[in-house]
Amino acid sequence: MADTKIIVNCETGEVTEVELTAEEVAQRAADAAAYAALEAEKEAEAEAKATAKAALLTKLGITAEEAALLLG
Amino acid sequence: MATNYTQIGLTANVGSGGASSISFTSIPNTYTDLIVKVSTRWDSNSDGFSYIRFNSDSGSNYSYRVLYGDPQTSSSGSVSSSGTDKAVSGGSQWAAWTSSTFGNMEIYIPNYAGSTYKSFSGDGVGENNATQTYPVLSAGYWNSTSAITSITLLQASGAFVQYSTASLYGILKS
Repeated sequence: MADTKIIVNCETGEVTEVELTAEEVAQRAADAAAYAALEAEKEAEAEAKATAKAALLTKLGITAEEAALLLG
Repeated sequence: MATNYTQIGLTANVGSGGASSISFTSIPNTYTDLIVKVSTRWDSNSDGFSYIRFNSDSGSNYSYRVLYGDPQTSSSGSVSSSGTDKAVSGGSQWAAWTSSTFGNMEIYIPNYAGSTYKSFSGDGVGENNATQTYPVLSAGYWNSTSAITSITLLQASGAFVQYSTASLYGILKS
């Protein structure tokens, strides 16, 4: 992964490629880990919802299409 | 009312090593609105969105709502969030999608130099040849009354690859 950032100084017109500091690299890793954790949580939530939905359809003895008809 | 449309500074071009972010700094306060035009590709497949920060503020000061769609599969959705450390600005091109192809995005920032809270809108699309496109619309808010003097474009995970570009324009209404 790139350890540099591009900065365009609009006042001087200068474009520079700058190395990330150690703190910025660490923050980027932390951001990526936080994002991955959030995505995993959303995926688990969606899976739980799908499981609950399937169980409810079984309990009601109807298909997903029939449920959609009922819900209009 | 006439409108002048001027590039501010130079276009950022990502070199062979890639770039974690692209920033426009020392933005003058002499325009009415700003537009950022972006052509990018990422080196990861972890997120369908691009992000933006203002004045290097990485505090929990952003809110946004996003609409996205996949015309190929007829699926769509929305995402909203508040109190985040960056806002979704649009979509782009995943690493796994059509090679040598770049997604595009445009971000409009009205009244960026004023003393009111800052809003923006963005739209972008990535393309996966003959399989799908992935349009993204975003409306966001930065909880600050400061004039915008810098803009940073970044990802949640990954970096911009070589040949990605970003350009900043000022709109002056006269």
